[in-house]
Amino acid sequence: MKRLSGFAIFAAVCLLLPVIFPDNYYVTVVGLTIFVNITLAVSLNLLMGYAGQISLGHAAFFGLGAYSSAILTIKYGLNPWLAMIFGAALVLCLSYVLSRPILRLKGHYLAMATLGLGIIVHIFFVQADELTGGPDGISGLPTLSLFGVPIDSDIKWYFVLCSYMLLSVLFSLNIADSRAGRALSAVHGSEIAAQMMGIDTAKVKSYIFVFSALMATIAGSLFAHQQDFVSPESFSFFFSIELVTMVVLGGLGSTFGAVMGAFILSILPEVLIVFEDFEVLIFGLILMVIMIFLPEGLFVSLKNRAAIMLSKRESGS
Amino acid sequence: MRFLKNIVTLLAAFSLVLLSGTGMVQAKDTLKIGSFLAVTGPASFLGDPELKTLQMYIEEINAKGGINGHKIEFVHYDTKGKAKEAKNFVNRLIKKDKVDVIIGGTTSGNSLAVIDIVEKAKVPFISLAGSIKIVEPVKKWVFKTPHTDKMAAEKIFADMKKRGIKKAALITGNGGFDKSGRAQCLALAPKYGIEIVADEKYGNADTDMTTQLTKIRATDAQAIINFGFGKAPAIVAKNIKQLGIKLPVYESHGVASKKFIELAGDAANGIRLPAAALIVADQLSDKDPQKKVLLAYKKKYEAKYGPVSTFGGHAYDALFITVEAVKRAGTIDRAKIRDEIEKTHGFVGTGGIFNMSPTDHLGLNLDAFKMIEIQNGNWKLLY
Amino acid sequence: MDQLLQFLISGLTVGSIYALVALGFSIIYNASDVVNFAQGEFVMIGAMSAIFLMKAGLSYPLAALLAIAITAGVGLALEKFAIEPAKNATVVSTIIITIGASIFLRGAALLIWGKEIYGLPPFTSNNPIKIGNATILPQNLWVMLGTAVTVLAVKYFFDRTKMGKAILACSYNKKAAYLVGINVKKMLLVAYGLSAALGAAAGLLVTPITFMSYGAGVMLGLKGFCAAILGGMGNSMGAVLGGILLGIVETVGAGFISSGYKDAIAFFVILLVLFIKPSGILGKGEAERV
Repeated sequence: MKRLSGFAIFAAVCLLLPVIFPDNYYVTVVGLTIFVNITLAVSLNLLMGYAGQISLGHAAFFGLGAYSSAILTIKYGLNPWLAMIFGAALVLCLSYVLSRPILRLKGHYLAMATLGLGIIVHIFFVQADELTGGPDGISGLPTLSLFGVPIDSDIKWYFVLCSYMLLSVLFSLNIADSRAGRALSAVHGSEIAAQMMGIDTAKVKSYIFVFSALMATIAGSLFAHQQDFVSPESFSFFFSIELVTMVVLGGLGSTFGAVMGAFILSILPEVLIVFEDFEVLIFGLILMVIMIFLPEGLFVSLKNRAAIMLSKRESGS
Repeated sequence: MRFLKNIVTLLAAFSLVLLSGTGMVQAKDTLKIGSFLAVTGPASFLGDPELKTLQMYIEEINAKGGINGHKIEFVHYDTKGKAKEAKNFVNRLIKKDKVDVIIGGTTSGNSLAVIDIVEKAKVPFISLAGSIKIVEPVKKWVFKTPHTDKMAAEKIFADMKKRGIKKAALITGNGGFDKSGRAQCLALAPKYGIEIVADEKYGNADTDMTTQLTKIRATDAQAIINFGFGKAPAIVAKNIKQLGIKLPVYESHGVASKKFIELAGDAANGIRLPAAALIVADQLSDKDPQKKVLLAYKKKYEAKYGPVSTFGGHAYDALFITVEAVKRAGTIDRAKIRDEIEKTHGFVGTGGIFNMSPTDHLGLNLDAFKMIEIQNGNWKLLY
Repeated sequence: MDQLLQFLISGLTVGSIYALVALGFSIIYNASDVVNFAQGEFVMIGAMSAIFLMKAGLSYPLAALLAIAITAGVGLALEKFAIEPAKNATVVSTIIITIGASIFLRGAALLIWGKEIYGLPPFTSNNPIKIGNATILPQNLWVMLGTAVTVLAVKYFFDRTKMGKAILACSYNKKAAYLVGINVKKMLLVAYGLSAALGAAAGLLVTPITFMSYGAGVMLGLKGFCAAILGGMGNSMGAVLGGILLGIVETVGAGFISSGYKDAIAFFVILLVLFIKPSGILGKGEAERV
């Protein structure tokens, strides 16, 4: 219950912001990027935080969703929602087939395998230029319509992306408390112990891998329509690393940690722009400082501090 | 208590940041020029001189009182060569900074990514990138000043035809410039009676292209065309020398900077490339209408920053085409400025003499490109 | 057939560059289980320092030695100020710290040395040597020699010297190492300093071939990481084997299949190897504590 009250406040803030600040660049433009990043980070956190499986190739699923939407709607004239479903189906099959062999790997080797996957997909986006438009990408996606309403303004996209983001956060929060979630924690804690308790660890890991991939893919399709443009750059391994950083920064295993990490990493470049030449340097410095002093992640550390302070007050110390 | 105070401070700071993004009314006395350039990153040696040129001349114009009394306010962002950043920054320029004209988009990818945004927002945009897709088909609000990759390919093939070359090999990287150059070469070669007998590729961060060149050596190619910029073409040149391949080599205008010669060393000699007259300004005949403009720009830029580059020249052209257009328009109105840019006629720039029209948003023809050969570590104007 | 020889030689030259970077990863990994994402930056800092010291007038040998020292210093600073304070962090958190460090170092390099691309003079000459119908540059041979010497030195260090074994002990169990009298803090410092110095040496060896700029460390670091994993993380012979294999797969893939997809082919091969042998070619199976 307590967790959902936090979610309710969060949802309220997100939905009310454009009402209070309607013409604001940060809300209507940066907000869109933040929502997409939050969704991706939350989906990655399911895999990395809850199931304990590292993935350095998450951007690939994001990209596959985006490119499926772009290619199917522009080159083949498919209805946008159909294209999205197609993209999701493609990733469903791909990720399921890959999940079994890949998830047998552990630690750095799993990282390498997912990294390799991400890079192979990225190379495909760049080289198959007949299909994907190559490094310059594809633009001109048809407008997405929801229940007959065309989504053609920043504000409309704000609500669409916000809703999808809130859905993913809600889902992630619920998983933690469910039987599936407990199975995940068990696998995370110790796979051998989990197996001994009768949990089919391979299946659990596989399912979460596929699910996390699907969440990212749909985000990708939405992203493609919102940007009206897809290019390989947005789905490079650098972005995969950024996503991992978001998850760890906020606190591995915590949904709101992923939210906070995504928020900070998305807003920081905007804020640091004023430092011009020093931007990269300061960005790296902030990352290091946060991880050194709050190694459990920003959100998790703050939550723990708050809990300690509250308990101190209660015990009257 | 302290914890609560901290939260409140955080929220206050947060709201302040938000407020700064709220739309503000602009004084219509200044001309706001926005630019998004690849100042750092793999395309930095295009973007960096572009920024320096814009800054240098805008400062000068403002010192002299502006354009008919209108001062120029210059807002610029570094895209690091990434299309995602380009889109973000153009959105920022239009929605937050509310600029009147945009000059930028160092790379074709960066420029192509923002076309929809500027068309929708109706802001005149002069691109500094090479791809012909930027102005063909013509878009109302999009112009460009650099020669196109199509022109580069045509210039190269015309020269090959002169030398009787009938078969050529392509070797290109994985960047946008490389790929669109390659596409143009493949499309235009038949027109000049030339057959492309090899089509090799490399990654722009690769450190060795001997494999691809070995494959090319095994074909009956009579010349090698490399489309790219940065350090990769220098490595290609060095590898060609290492393998002892004696075929004529053509580069694109992507290497029209002294850095290429510095990195490639001896291997650069004998390479031909199409480029703007800027790099051979002193070799032009005195009767050439461009010479005066070129030498003035060269002198001013080199005094402040060092060796001049054609990419900075494109920025010069874009800036002054804008300045002239604003002068003619008389007011700072985006639509009027756009109309006047389109009417640019006989403008002598560093890239050539511009004659734009509603169907031609570049305004340069093939003569504006010069064929140059590198001899003894220096540029030599051929024609 | 001719072509194959050139492909193999080119693969060997590229591979030894990867191997050299991969060795740097293995030292820090052997000390602390951490993959140092800033390893590529060590290579870059070594090369750039040397370049600018030479521009300032120093002779090449002096500039090179100083550059290695400077980079080692950076490595020590990284350990002292970024890794040590976070000693109770998980491996994943520490990796993020190294990611932050790599971004920081790149930003600093950009400010100090600018955005230009630079080269270094080769050790000996630039005249290609012919082997049958294939050619190789003298500098490529220097790189291979450097790799060979380094891997033997590293292997000897970890297998035979007290300090090397002490460093390995730290990664197996920090507390136990501490209890037997190993100064864990000092060992970690040594590991980072050594890795950085190695990276710098790699930078000096490869820059005459690959050029260097503030951002070039990233790709080298990535390929080095792949090579280290392929060969088995932490195993120095593995790093070399992985590097050479990666290089050859790249060039043979480019030569016989497709140059556009060569990197994809290389990664595909890496994935296949990992599916068959999940801890890399020479890697030990990881035992898990239940």
